[in-house]
Amino acid sequence: MDFDATFLARIQFAFTVSFHIIFPSFTIGLAAFIATLLVRWRLTGQEHLHRLARFWTKIFAVSFAMGVVSGIVLSYEFGTNWSGFSRIVGNVLGPLLGYEVLTAFFLEASFLGIMLFGWNRVSPNLHVTSAVLVAIGTSLSAFWILAANSWMQTPAGHEVRDGIAYPVSWLEIIFNPSFPYRFSHMFTAAYLTTSLVVAAVGARYLLSGRFVEESKTMLRMGIGMVAILAPLQLFIGDQHGLNTLEHQPAKVAAMEAHWDGNEPADLVLFAWPSESQEKNLFEISIPNFASVILTHTWDGRIKGLKDFAPQDRPPVKPVFFAFRVMVGLGLLMIAAGLIGAFLWWRGTLFNTKWFLRPLSMSWPAGFIAILAGWWVTETGRQPWLATGIVRTADAASPVSAGAVLTTLVLFVIVYGIVFSMGIYYINRLIEKGPAGASIKPADGVPSRPLSAAEEAAHDAIEGTR
Amino acid sequence: MDGLAYWLPLIWVSVLGIAVALYVVLDGFDLGIGILFPANPREADRDQMMNSVAPFWDGNETWLVLGGGGLFVAFPLAYSIIMPAVYLPVLIMLLALVFRGVAFEFRWVAKPHHQMWDIAFAGGSIVASFMQGLILGALLEGITVSNGAFSGGTFDWLSPFSLLTGLAVVAGYGLIGATWLVMKTDGDVQARARDHAKLLLPIVLTALLIVSLWTPIAVPRIFERWFTLPNFLLLAPVPLLTAYAAWSCWSGLATRHDTKPFVATIALFLLGFVGLAVSNLPYLVPPSLDVWQAAAHPSSQLFMLIGVLIFVPVILAYTVFVYWTFRGKVKAGEGYH
Ligand code: HDD
Ligand code: HEM
Ligand code: HEM
Repeated sequence: MDFDATFLARIQFAFTVSFHIIFPSFTIGLAAFIATLLVRWRLTGQEHLHRLARFWTKIFAVSFAMGVVSGIVLSYEFGTNWSGFSRIVGNVLGPLLGYEVLTAFFLEASFLGIMLFGWNRVSPNLHVTSAVLVAIGTSLSAFWILAANSWMQTPAGHEVRDGIAYPVSWLEIIFNPSFPYRFSHMFTAAYLTTSLVVAAVGARYLLSGRFVEESKTMLRMGIGMVAILAPLQLFIGDQHGLNTLEHQPAKVAAMEAHWDGNEPADLVLFAWPSESQEKNLFEISIPNFASVILTHTWDGRIKGLKDFAPQDRPPVKPVFFAFRVMVGLGLLMIAAGLIGAFLWWRGTLFNTKWFLRPLSMSWPAGFIAILAGWWVTETGRQPWLATGIVRTADAASPVSAGAVLTTLVLFVIVYGIVFSMGIYYINRLIEKGPAGASIKPADGVPSRPLSAAEEAAHDAIEGTR
Repeated sequence: MDGLAYWLPLIWVSVLGIAVALYVVLDGFDLGIGILFPANPREADRDQMMNSVAPFWDGNETWLVLGGGGLFVAFPLAYSIIMPAVYLPVLIMLLALVFRGVAFEFRWVAKPHHQMWDIAFAGGSIVASFMQGLILGALLEGITVSNGAFSGGTFDWLSPFSLLTGLAVVAGYGLIGATWLVMKTDGDVQARARDHAKLLLPIVLTALLIVSLWTPIAVPRIFERWFTLPNFLLLAPVPLLTAYAAWSCWSGLATRHDTKPFVATIALFLLGFVGLAVSNLPYLVPPSLDVWQAAAHPSSQLFMLIGVLIFVPVILAYTVFVYWTFRGKVKAGEGYH
């Protein structure tokens, strides 16, 4: 197997999966947000909640559609690019991924149709119920895919015979050691991301004096969530890190750029780690502080990178920097949540321009943090594909570098065109705002999320004329 | 071999077989609409054609994912051999489907500047269909396997035979698309679709014939299966029924019957499918891997089967419901848009 084909396949997978995750992280949170709006509307009868729900449902439809098309590609890549993956761990991971697809389809086939097209066709209670079920469904789908990914990080409940993994206990496979942490961390991340988008859109409208009633609701709900979830995320992330230290110490060493396991670990704030010289070329750090965080003792020892043979170490720079991006954004979110909550308590949240202006531009923060988090997790797992079972290089398909390169280029082109159109439409929809969420009955009951996306796009275009 | 390890793979091939057959018929006609696009240049006609499949195509593609995903879950070894062997056709097919899928939506939005999405829709449909045919041909011809992994070259799937099956699938989907239009539309679009169907039917039959002659001659294993004695008599109905289906398709077209050509074309497709299954079972990766060798661990197959038994009936019921909701003809100028 030549290195190049494997390397290109890694880039290709990283590219396509990174594209994919942007949309699920948004749809998971948005489904819950819409369901909450609708439930509150049923309870209080406030019409602006209904308008808001309709507005966000259109955006949900576009995002969901792009999640679907990019997801289908991924499930085939396991075979085309990582055939060793299906051969070696297919017995264990196949069903988990299969359940992801099944739960996603189940949703798409039944409740999503009602949620997107049922506004005037089914009773309000049935409609609200289906929105709640869609929110549960996206979560279920995330449940399965994260179980699969966590198993790759911290395999359990299996046995390896002749190099092939066989299931022994499904419960242990699904609830493997890192699963509870990853699931709660990713879930909180998705909600945080959506809350930030919602708050940012609210701030944007308020600043320009449009949709005042709706924006206030969005700001309150968004800021309220961020104020609670951002600190919670720090706590979950910390617990997650302790779990990683136990099961994947090399990854933690790379995250901390900690080379020498004989020394207490300093908390490196910034550095330029050099893999070839096995040290940090430039470093700003707080002495012993990483030991305190990770071992709760002043000079506790954690494994350093030099404790691992060079071929067993993950790439240090990407893991190290991506980790800092994620945590940095997490701290900013905590600040935004606390300041926002304080202003809210003071009663000045809706007219504090110096807060609303940066807030209105903060919508990408969650997406960037999620991507950074995944890059830490996945690159930190290297050189293993499934820790201790199969190395990435041994799982690559026997295909030529030229073939992988060709498809990689095609992916970049096609995704570039298709997704920039989609994001453009989302932006147009937001520009137009909730007033445009027209109440025109849809013809029939199409099974397609995409047709709602298109209706939404229609509105978006018309809104600019 | 104990009971479970024997039966589960058989159940799973049937599940996959049903998924693939449903896919070929259902997505076949909506891919066919795209294939017929170049032959219908008028904008209003194209609108009507697209409207006739708009509520269905997304659900139709579901079966592709269930087929591919199912192969991964139930027969990971086969998946790991087949996918690299047909690497380029599979990925190009997926990209073509992405393009075509969004064209459904963007075309309406972009009007009056929708020419680009017309091309994307037609091109995406044609490329995706052709790739599916190529993949089929490559599988029939056999895959080079050593030590349980694909060991051939990047372009192994490319051969005169696979090019032929590629064209055959394009023509076949075109035919089923045309007969669908005969059923679902009227006026000009319907008349033209009838002409197209009359043109495509002989081409499809010729292709079927060539494939049916070529495979037994090229592959001795298939020859033996068809032309040894009890088999020959047992299998004789397949070609006879095929001839009957072809005839009733033709007569339906000639007598301007609305639904008969479509139903007959479905029958043609299913018979072709049965023929392929008979030729190749129990091999999944002919000729090196049968369903039992390729099977996932019984526990994995069983675990997933539970989900399939719960969810697939629901999906099927919903599919029927949608087709029922949108029954009847699509008139010009009327649509879901
Ligand atoms: C945390 C959540 C999450 C993660 C990490 C992933 N996905 Fe995903 N995926 C979803 C959450 C999700 C979702 C929320 O359930 C989607 C988004 C939109 C949708 O339709 O469902 C989805 C859609 C989706 C679909 C389309 C299903 C359909 O047609 O409805 C497929 C085939 C996949 N995904 C497959 C994958 C694979 C192979 C992944 C990893 C390599 C992956 N997803 C990562
Ligand atoms: C605020 C402090 C945070 C800490 C201490 C923290 C900690 C961690 C750690 C240790 C990992 C790696 C887990 C592993 O693979 O072993 C991780 C992964 C991840 N983080 Fe964070 N995180 C924080 C904030 C955030 C924020 C704000 C987001 C997004 C909004 C986020 C999203 C993710 C994601 C998506 C992953 C990958 C999935 C996973 O492994 O859970 N994190 N985080
Ligand atoms: C959705 C969020 C995810 C993101 C952003 C993500 C990101 C990445 C990245 C950046 C790589 C390349 C790592 C490297 O080679 O250095 C990678 C590799 C990979 N990931 Fe993920 N990943 C995600 C989820 C998953 C899930 C849920 C699975 C499986 C269940 C998975 C399976 C793989 C596989 C098979 C590879 C290729 C082999 C490898 O390079 O290790 N990923 N991913």
